[in-house]
Amino acid sequence: MGLLKRKNDVYSALIEGAEGVAYTSFYHDAMRRLKKDKIAMVCLFVVAALIIIAIFAPFIAPYEEDYMDVGNELARPSSEHLLGTDEFGRDILSRIIFGSRVSLMVGVVAEAIAVFIGLVVGAIAGYYGGKVDAVLSRIIEIFASFPHILFAIVVMFVLGTGIMNVFIAIGVVGWTGLARVIRSQIMQLKQKEYVEAARASGGRNMQIIFRHLIPNCLSTIIVVATMNIPSDIMYEASLSFLGLGVQPPQASWGSMISEARKFIRQYPEYSVFPGIALIVTVLAFNLLGDALRDALDPRLKNL
Amino acid sequence: MTGSESLLSVHKLRKWFPVKSTALFGEKQYVKAVNDITLDIRRGETLGVVGESGCGKTTLGRTMIRLIEPTGGRIVFEGKDLTGLNEKQMRLMRKDLQIMFQDPYGSLNPRMTVGDIITEPYVFQKMYTKKERVEKAVELMKICGLDPVYIRRYPHEFSGGQRQRIGIARSLALRPKFLVCDEPVSALDVSIQSQIINLLMDLQQEFGLTYLFISHNLSVVYHMVDRIAVMYLGNLVELADKEELYRDTAHPYTRALLKSIPSLDFREEHRLRAALKGDIPSPINPPKGCVFHTRCESCTERCRTQTPPLREIAPRHMVACHLYEGQGKLVEQQ
Repeated sequence: MGLLKRKNDVYSALIEGAEGVAYTSFYHDAMRRLKKDKIAMVCLFVVAALIIIAIFAPFIAPYEEDYMDVGNELARPSSEHLLGTDEFGRDILSRIIFGSRVSLMVGVVAEAIAVFIGLVVGAIAGYYGGKVDAVLSRIIEIFASFPHILFAIVVMFVLGTGIMNVFIAIGVVGWTGLARVIRSQIMQLKQKEYVEAARASGGRNMQIIFRHLIPNCLSTIIVVATMNIPSDIMYEASLSFLGLGVQPPQASWGSMISEARKFIRQYPEYSVFPGIALIVTVLAFNLLGDALRDALDPRLKNL
Repeated sequence: MTGSESLLSVHKLRKWFPVKSTALFGEKQYVKAVNDITLDIRRGETLGVVGESGCGKTTLGRTMIRLIEPTGGRIVFEGKDLTGLNEKQMRLMRKDLQIMFQDPYGSLNPRMTVGDIITEPYVFQKMYTKKERVEKAVELMKICGLDPVYIRRYPHEFSGGQRQRIGIARSLALRPKFLVCDEPVSALDVSIQSQIINLLMDLQQEFGLTYLFISHNLSVVYHMVDRIAVMYLGNLVELADKEELYRDTAHPYTRALLKSIPSLDFREEHRLRAALKGDIPSPINPPKGCVFHTRCESCTERCRTQTPPLREIAPRHMVACHLYEGQGKLVEQQ
């Protein structure tokens, strides 16, 4: 809640009595609704825990991600290795903890790239309309018509493997949905009278887009981005599973599952544990996205 | 306080919106929302614009301040031709020309505080420092009857009437000379309507504002304005001083419009109101000749073929109707 408080307090200094007047922004309201949602709070907790784990991985993990306990390969879970070891004797729990860094980074960085491209293209197409819109819409369609994973593989081949390239590949593939949503929303919003009022007092196009249109799309952006994060994480896992993503010895949940495949009959827990981590993370983001949509849905408000 | 000096005049102002034609090789079709309107607004007066829904009142108001680009004609404000200005010059002119909207819900950005809404014009015009802007906003809120302690609140925390006051404060921020009021009270309760109208009239006194007051509520118009322009299908059909228009109504359309005012008078002549028959014709394909001839009770053969010119049948009383042929003098059409 403290985050949502306004920092500038020019007002209180100038106006007597303004200090005590309550005011609720749209986001205060949304936050209040979100707090009432128990599932959302659990998901938020899970996501927060994941972030903390990812940041403090070296302190939390019992072993280094590439430490090999020679002579103790493919061990069952024990007090020494809580979730067992892999075929090189590496601690699976530690690798899952380090792997969370990759998954969350993909969620954040790749989605940030996708949001940036989607927002720029969608806003320009929606605001300017006409020929600009026709051209940009066709570009969106071309990008959207490729099968995502195939397109990501092509991008990876062009850029080469490596974690940054995974982000770029996923970001470049995943922006079309957001661009479409933003385009249609901007087309609606630009008809509003407050946009006309801004133009009447001399607002430039960019000022109108940044002051009026994008802030009103923000809740949509938050929801769409949160809902896209799990699929981005899955894409990373798929790319790593196919051997195109994160390169060994760096750990990623997808590459762990891929390697565990060979031992699935003898040591099912090897593939199950990273799988559970992946499922929990994806589910948490998905449910959080749903809850955010409910909390931010403008139709619930008469605004 | 009506001066005789002209503040803003439009000459043959025209706004045609192109319609997507269904035929591949058809003639390009247009909605003639504003069709060659010539009128003149004097400093300090209130000119009312009345007419049915869809007659182009709103488009006229917006085209006058170049919020919508005119298709043709000239707009002269304080001797300057606005149509010739480029974007940058026009942006500076916007300080003098402001607009107030009908919908108190759609005209305020729900994500901005009242303070931000009112001070936004200063941001666009790069005027004052941050602190000065807030001081100005406080002053404007007081003028418009809002308690400045609510400056940090969001629009949804206000009632319709208060929101309209916020809108008024915003449009006054730049101290405009000319204000287009686009049905400012039609979305409000009757009790609030009168408050807002009184506020508008007080503000006019205080700041010497000139209003273009667009409305379809004839009682409100009668209360508020000095002169009335009657529009029908994008055309100006009658223009006169308020008293004169109500007393010596000339155009058959204006007469029908005035008769349609509901009253509490139950005498026979009022109950048998001569309502206009039929619907307003499509503005894409308006009737030939006089646009009103399809619904006019005094329609002659000539009305079907020839467009009536605007003539001044009495001092400052303009009407476009063949019935008054030979009376007064033709308004100069260049």
